[in-house]
Amino acid sequence: MSLAAVDTKRKLPDLDRVPRVDEVGVNERVARFQSRSIKKESKLAALRMVLSMIDLTTLEGQDTPGKVRQLCQKAMHLHDSVPGLPHVAAVCVYPTMVGVARKALEGRGIHIASVATAFPSGQAPLSVKLEDTRMAVEQGADEIDMVISRGAFLAGDCAFVFDEIAAIKEACGDAHLKVILETGELGTLDRVRRASVLAMHAGADFIKTSTGKIQPAATMQVTLVMLQAIRDYFYDTGRMVGMKPAGGISSAKLAIHYLVMLHETVGNAWMTPEWFRFGASSLANDVLMQIVKQQTGVYQSADYFSKD
Amino acid sequence: MATPENKLAFDGGWEYSPAPESTDHIKVAKKYELFIGGDFVAPASGKYFDTINPATEERLSRVALASDADVDKAVKAARKAYNGAWSKMKPADRGKYIYRIARIIQERAREFAAIESLDGGKPIREARDVDVPLAAAHFFYYAGWADKLEYAFPGRRARSMGVAGQIIPWNFPLLMAAWKLAPALACGNTVVLKPAETTPLTAMKLAEAIADAGLPEGVVNIVTGAGDTGAAIVSHPGVDKIAFTGSTEVGRIIQKALAGSNKKYTLELGGKAANIIFADAAIDQAVEGIVNGIFFNQGHVCCAGSRLFVQESVAEEVIQKLKDRMETLIVGDPLDKNTDIGAINSKAQLEKIESYLDIGKQEGGEIHQSSCAVPASGYWCRPTIFTGVSQSNRVVQEEIFGPVLAIQTFRTFDEAVSKANNTPYGLSGGVWTDKGAKIFRMTQSVRAGVIWANTFNKFDPTSPFGGYKESGVGREGGLHGLDAYLVLEA
Repeated sequence: MSLAAVDTKRKLPDLDRVPRVDEVGVNERVARFQSRSIKKESKLAALRMVLSMIDLTTLEGQDTPGKVRQLCQKAMHLHDSVPGLPHVAAVCVYPTMVGVARKALEGRGIHIASVATAFPSGQAPLSVKLEDTRMAVEQGADEIDMVISRGAFLAGDCAFVFDEIAAIKEACGDAHLKVILETGELGTLDRVRRASVLAMHAGADFIKTSTGKIQPAATMQVTLVMLQAIRDYFYDTGRMVGMKPAGGISSAKLAIHYLVMLHETVGNAWMTPEWFRFGASSLANDVLMQIVKQQTGVYQSADYFSKD
Repeated sequence: MATPENKLAFDGGWEYSPAPESTDHIKVAKKYELFIGGDFVAPASGKYFDTINPATEERLSRVALASDADVDKAVKAARKAYNGAWSKMKPADRGKYIYRIARIIQERAREFAAIESLDGGKPIREARDVDVPLAAAHFFYYAGWADKLEYAFPGRRARSMGVAGQIIPWNFPLLMAAWKLAPALACGNTVVLKPAETTPLTAMKLAEAIADAGLPEGVVNIVTGAGDTGAAIVSHPGVDKIAFTGSTEVGRIIQKALAGSNKKYTLELGGKAANIIFADAAIDQAVEGIVNGIFFNQGHVCCAGSRLFVQESVAEEVIQKLKDRMETLIVGDPLDKNTDIGAINSKAQLEKIESYLDIGKQEGGEIHQSSCAVPASGYWCRPTIFTGVSQSNRVVQEEIFGPVLAIQTFRTFDEAVSKANNTPYGLSGGVWTDKGAKIFRMTQSVRAGVIWANTFNKFDPTSPFGGYKESGVGREGGLHGLDAYLVLEA
């Protein structure tokens, strides 16, 4: 069956046909990923890949243009004492900061991602969300991270959520759309799976776990369920959708476990910043520390790594 | 359906570097003697046989070949120990010795795991995470029963049997030794145990542990050898009970040999388990269950889920996902911590498996194997599935004991049950559905000793294990496992 036609028409699929998820089985599978032993060259390659997949993020009420410029500086100069490091995939900021980031990152090949749609709650009318999105795109955002209306989704109004995503997708124009499910508010893995399917059919280029404002944020369990949904959607339509776990991934070791999961669930095609991102603010330095350790054999003090 | 447009790729990109478990900490002697009467003694014949590493075909050690005379000596040592200290010992003290064995296994877990992997070919991950911890758990569990037997069977007096002859297979060498020894000892019996000829090393390491635990001499005797040694144990008049785990073929021979004697026996034999996946199952977790059911321990598992039944409406999806999952299974060096599927246990077993691959193809089955490379030396079989087969195919009917899965589809509940039961075996089964009621109906309808729901190949010392029909007689594990080593009197 080819759903490619359905995809262009953006039709809400029958969510009752989405496979069920068994939490015990998911936990077991995740434990297997975590028991993989990633050493030597494979570890170094993974660490570099992690760096290149980071959406370096600041989403605070207290953000200022100065803070965002610092973040952009860090994005371009992760750790210059190690030559040849990749740069991060994107910086992720609020819409009001997109212009600042655009100016700071001009021509550096680092994408600008902006949250939009009344992030993080999503509690605003569609017209406001659309305006929020258009404004971020106009300011120069390459990627829009929207939040779904969890209230409507939990109340069973999937059509509302679907239409909203489809409308935001239109408003994005050429910008990529990442759809944040806020899995910490969805309650069950079954709902995570359904929300993933809904978002992809509505036009998501990426699906993303969390805003980072709600606990739990990204976990390997929800990321696995979302990756399996991505894989099934690819089986059905041939269209790749990206994945972004966000929030709570702050150690290199955990990030490598995510790559193992990615590798063994959807395969090599997804193992690039084009299709997989880590939404994180403090992951980069732990990865840098591990890279230096791999190269020199010793751990350096955290004070040798610039905070932002 | 997989097409060029929606095909996943798992090779050619990021790969895991080798992560071999260190073997610096293990001690394997050049030669192993028999463990009889608390001493390590040379075999009467002076003969030894090689035990090899199936992943490299290199010799690991030489092991004593026990003849009738050695078995006789071992049985006499066991009888002496039974009549002497062991049967008169306070049950709580018996329990202490068994606890001590359990703790020594835990302390030496890394060594046991590495040797199990070297000698048998199983992945270190499984030896480390399954075989060794479960072996310790069995000793812990039955140690606790030693002084509580009167509560296990209320209203009846439990008496030990005497000398138990125990013959164990090569698929879980240490774990099967634990399954057999722990309840026998807890119930106050003494033992003559024979490990399989291809995997004797962890049993000999266990003999060292038992000696270190200070068990009275002769309580546990371990004799190594092949079928003749086993036959000598079975036919020895001084043995009161035979416990055997192995093939149905050998089980029949043993049952014939025991006919007319008053020896008690338990037989844990072959299987051809049905793993049944309904359309309403959690499909991705069910695919993991299929993998765990048939590829765990290279499929050298008597309760392996070797017959897959998938409800027709999800069959295509399940098979596509299974094929992709098979591509991610790592086949190779058993000592590598990332290896999922290790070496086939022996050349003979590999030949048997390969003959079934030929039979399956000749009978018209469609074979699919993962595309992975396998090492040049050693015994290897890629994970394999057969589709387009039915109940009349030999790969569906016969136990292959390898990583080979036969897949059929079904439409209705009754059809699934009827096909699942249409086998001479009845050891285990699996059912995958989101509906609790269906699980209960299935467990009541499938004639098998163990049925897993939404999981597969889970073991626990508290849970009885054993077969219906040609899968065996008696139960091991749990309370039921005590029954097999006791005479119950009114």
